[in-house]
Amino acid sequence: MSISIFVIAEHLEGTLADMTFEMLGKARQLADERGGTVTAVLAGYNVAQLAEQLGAADALILIEDELLAEFAPQPYQDVISGLIRERAPGLVMVGSTSMGLDLAAALATTLNVPMLSSCIDLSVEDDAYVVTSQLYGGKIMMETAVTAGTAIAQILPGAFRAEDGQRAGTPTLEEIPPGLHPENFRMRFENFIKPEAGDIDITQAPILVSVGRGIQTQENIALAEELAEALGGSVSSSRPIVDQDWLPVTRQVGKSGMSVKPRLYLALGISGAPEHVEGMKNADLIVAVNTDPDAPIFSVAHYGVVADIFDVMPALEERLGERVS
Amino acid sequence: MNILVILKQVPDLVEELEINDDGTDLDRTWMRYIPSEYDEHALEQAILLKEEHGGTVTALCLRIGEVDDTLFTAAARGADRLVRIEGDFEGISSRDAAAVYADHIRRGNYDLVLTGVQAHDDLNGPVGARLAAQLEIPYVGVVSGMHLDPETGVIHLHKEYPGGLLTVIRTELPAVVGIQSAVKPPRYVPIAKIRQASKSAEIGEETAEPQSLTPGYTVRRVFKPEGGGRAEIIDGAPEDIAARLVSIFSEHGLVR
Amino acid sequence: MNGTDIGRSTLIGMPPWAIVLFYVLTAAALAIFTWGIVRLVRKYRMGRRAAGRRPAASELLRTFFRAIGNVTVLRDDLYAGIAHLLVLSGFVVLFIGTLIVLVDRDILRFVLPSLVFWEGDFYLGFSTFMDVFGVILLAGLLMLAVRRAFSRLPQLDYRHSFREEVSRRSMAAGDWVFLGLIFFIVIGGFALEAVRLVAVRPEFEVWSPVGWWASDILRSAGMDAGEASSWYPVFWWTHSAASLAFVAYVPWSKAVHMLLAYVSLAWKDETQNASLPAPPENEAGGYTAPTDLTWLELVGLDTCIRCGRCHVRCPSSLAGMPLSPRDVILELRNHANNTLLHLRGNGNGLHRMTGDVIPEQTLWSCISCSNCATHCPVGINHVPLMVQMRRALVSDGSVDEQLQQTLVNLQRCGNAMGQSDRMRAKWTKELPFKIRDARREDVEYLWFVGDNASYDPRVQGYTRITAKLFEAAGLDFGILYEAERNAGNDVRRVGEEGLFEMLAEKNIRAFAKSRFRTIVTTDPHSYNTLKNEYPAFGAEYPVIHYTELLAALIENGHLLPVRRVGGRVTYQDPCYLARYNGLEDTPRTLLDYAGVELVEMKRRGRDAWCCGAGGGRLWMEDIPAKDERPAEQRIREAAALDGVDTIVTACPKDLVMFTDAIKNVGLEGKFFVRDIAHYVWEAIEQPIPEHLEKEA
Repeated sequence: MSISIFVIAEHLEGTLADMTFEMLGKARQLADERGGTVTAVLAGYNVAQLAEQLGAADALILIEDELLAEFAPQPYQDVISGLIRERAPGLVMVGSTSMGLDLAAALATTLNVPMLSSCIDLSVEDDAYVVTSQLYGGKIMMETAVTAGTAIAQILPGAFRAEDGQRAGTPTLEEIPPGLHPENFRMRFENFIKPEAGDIDITQAPILVSVGRGIQTQENIALAEELAEALGGSVSSSRPIVDQDWLPVTRQVGKSGMSVKPRLYLALGISGAPEHVEGMKNADLIVAVNTDPDAPIFSVAHYGVVADIFDVMPALEERLGERVS
Repeated sequence: MNILVILKQVPDLVEELEINDDGTDLDRTWMRYIPSEYDEHALEQAILLKEEHGGTVTALCLRIGEVDDTLFTAAARGADRLVRIEGDFEGISSRDAAAVYADHIRRGNYDLVLTGVQAHDDLNGPVGARLAAQLEIPYVGVVSGMHLDPETGVIHLHKEYPGGLLTVIRTELPAVVGIQSAVKPPRYVPIAKIRQASKSAEIGEETAEPQSLTPGYTVRRVFKPEGGGRAEIIDGAPEDIAARLVSIFSEHGLVR
Repeated sequence: MNGTDIGRSTLIGMPPWAIVLFYVLTAAALAIFTWGIVRLVRKYRMGRRAAGRRPAASELLRTFFRAIGNVTVLRDDLYAGIAHLLVLSGFVVLFIGTLIVLVDRDILRFVLPSLVFWEGDFYLGFSTFMDVFGVILLAGLLMLAVRRAFSRLPQLDYRHSFREEVSRRSMAAGDWVFLGLIFFIVIGGFALEAVRLVAVRPEFEVWSPVGWWASDILRSAGMDAGEASSWYPVFWWTHSAASLAFVAYVPWSKAVHMLLAYVSLAWKDETQNASLPAPPENEAGGYTAPTDLTWLELVGLDTCIRCGRCHVRCPSSLAGMPLSPRDVILELRNHANNTLLHLRGNGNGLHRMTGDVIPEQTLWSCISCSNCATHCPVGINHVPLMVQMRRALVSDGSVDEQLQQTLVNLQRCGNAMGQSDRMRAKWTKELPFKIRDARREDVEYLWFVGDNASYDPRVQGYTRITAKLFEAAGLDFGILYEAERNAGNDVRRVGEEGLFEMLAEKNIRAFAKSRFRTIVTTDPHSYNTLKNEYPAFGAEYPVIHYTELLAALIENGHLLPVRRVGGRVTYQDPCYLARYNGLEDTPRTLLDYAGVELVEMKRRGRDAWCCGAGGGRLWMEDIPAKDERPAEQRIREAAALDGVDTIVTACPKDLVMFTDAIKNVGLEGKFFVRDIAHYVWEAIEQPIPEHLEKEA
């Protein structure tokens, strides 16, 4: 079958999110294999200049309105559901992100179409889109197939490579009037609250020593700091560490933290919940140390050590020290 | 201010999950259910709102596994009303569950519905978003903070984005909110209080027939990810492990 | 000279107004004393009734002799004990002497003159006796003063363990006032006697040897009888005023322990640590205000003489954590006085008792090892107090994240690790035989394995050895498989009483479904609660520890140690075996049977040093400590023994703690921790499984 995929682009503060490219790349690959079109849908305000980065798409639908300047669920649902109803694409790709989590299920309900979440893989067969979802904290996979009509797939960040979707090109541009009626909306974006700046930017660090629950105490974070120093990197963490106020939120890797792509990601005592993994799975080299041999982190790591981090950290530091001297 | 909190029972991941014989679903015979972690945050947030502004908190549970303990725990935390909906709900999708919740909410008088932003078994997406779309009221998810103005019936929701960035979305009530985390993590409830609640609190019982619309997709295969993954496991004494790691780092040009 | 000439009169030659003044002052002193006592009694009556226990007459008598004999003071500190014994005996004798004079001179002389006896030979003997005990008292005081002034003993270091801003200057001054006042009275008494014997000098007074000797000195210094007579009233008034002041001072100072220690010791419930008291019936189900304490606990607070024996034996305190049992007691006493005496309410509007007065971190620092209560000379029971306050914290949900997770795990899965209950007996899969399911088959021994021994990979190897030993002995035993729950000993000590009850009920239901005669446990903590606390819930079974069972199996020939394993080891007494339940000898006997040379550490038996895991501390986030943690201190102590390279334990929690501690002190591969079963296994000539050798 000839496929038709809509990719809902995401942008924040004037920048397209990686998620957009990850979805575009996969859609492009499927379209190239099977024939068909990839349409990027870009809703926002004064975002036309982002169009040129969306070269992986065949077509771009641009919907601009002041009400769409920043994401608020209702106006976005309104314009996108109208568009999908009218154009009836085979598959709509939405990110499993802060924006997509509000959008996809609502669209599916309004349009009464199937929707599959936590998608980690996607393929096309003769008459079906085949979606693989990662559920139950990464312990179970479900493979589902949708045949007729429109379906929505909510894609896990990091499931596909962003590079594949970062292509220059000139998709055919179609501008659609939003036709929004502000009086219909019972919500609006008010303002941003930005995290306190001044801390290091872990997305720029070439090496990250990342700690999870296994670090046990706030004091022990100093051990990770020492190791990071020996490696010439910085310390990041999973969510529980930030929730404990042991590290600032700027150090958090994962769904509600940063997505990082360091050259080395050393995961210490991190079990590897899907929310964390999506923020680091694209690191060049992943080494995980955990006492639990069944920890999901070992399925994304390149190298795994089943051991106590408090044994490995000092030994590693010592070894690194020897090399320097 | 009447707040409804939806508590969903999900399989306890501590247990080994079994797949049924034809490989299309989990085997739920021996499954142990616990309340979804995000829903516990939703409940905590509801209690915090109640403590600040007054009102009532209703905790709602579909009968999936043993739910009475979950409801009594909610009462011990401070929920005023407990509702259990009886029916054949094991393995229910978030889409079908949303219809059951919507039915209950239409008959009730709620200003605010709080639910976890997602659950680990939501193949059909977050129930909150589906519920709000059915009720045609606002929904905002991934929320980790809020400020309620009961006078005007407006709530300012702090929605999380990566890297600690938040946006504030002003929403009129009634609304559904998907909680990422409560302002304060859920507090511990001692067993004595749960037992006390189980003696004093009453569970209102309702029944519902889950409507099972054709889902529009077919489940082909349910399987476990390949064990061990792709990590190459390094064994040995800490010194040996350290030596091996450093040589790997060096191969990748990470250390001199 | 006949007998009736020997003796003397008191208050002779004093003008009538002076006599009246003296009696007025005496009445005032007694009034202040009585007022102080009434005030204390009123305070104690604001406390809860102590549950159930009233000591029998024989016990009261026994405690009386123990108190008079200074048993609890002598026990752990010979120097201080002897000094205290000297002071106590001197004080008691002089006090009784004063009473005799009072009875004879102020009562009999007027009421029944024929019965007057303070004269003649009795007077002479009395005089000598009083002089001698005066000297004894002075010697004791001197010993104590020297110790306090020069010894720099850590137990006399009053620095506060969790409120650094608190100055203890006035407290230290109070100690000197107590010491100094008694000293002044005794010295004053001798001086008075000497002046009197300069003024009037009957020969028979040589029977007051100290006074006679001192009067000689005064005379040789040039004092004559006239001068002495004029000085006499000054000395008399000084001595009398000081003595009366002391009487008034007693109930208002640490001197009150003279009266209260006996009550505290006599009413002390020795079983209370091993079997914790029920929570108070208030909303929190724990202690939130001084009125929640029992009258006996309130007495205990006032009895504390800050001797510091608890302070120097508290592992948390010595690790530099924000806890000292002494400071907890003193803060509680302050708070109880501030609220009960001065405010007449529970006073919690100002400060919460649990949280403000005693900070949460202080309460969570306790490892329930009971080394404090065991060594308290005045019978204070610290552990139940700590647990009662923790109960209030738990009721508020004030627990750290790690503990919260553990408690939720225990609720859901019945084990602290949060693993599936179906995996509880997974460790048996590697055994060459199948252990019977006590729920399905009758067995003689029900083996209660416990969480750590079942789930912790560091311990499982030893659990399997124990199983093989039982099997090799042909023991009729079984386990509960997934029906076993954490026994709840530490859950109870964390302060989660409801969860403890829930776990106990589940275990007891499983026991009821099974047929067995005796419970044998691996974990001393389970042992304690099954043996001492479960009976109150209706589960009365004989409970033994696996070391007891192994020893019995060897003694009746079911296990035959055929070789001497050799080696020099030391043995760690688990708190809940040795201190709580007096089980010290059996494990040592086992080592002897195995032919292992045992080198003892100094702190053993009831003095044993806790590994730091008890009371639920194993489940909590670390509390910042200024010094090395208890387990690490213990490993250093053990490793310092000559030729010893192994510490043997009979407690899975010790295994876990010491495994980590050995790494932390950098002795990995040089010093080892092993379960005692290891040696029995080797002694019956079985090869140690290879993987375990590796672990060890």
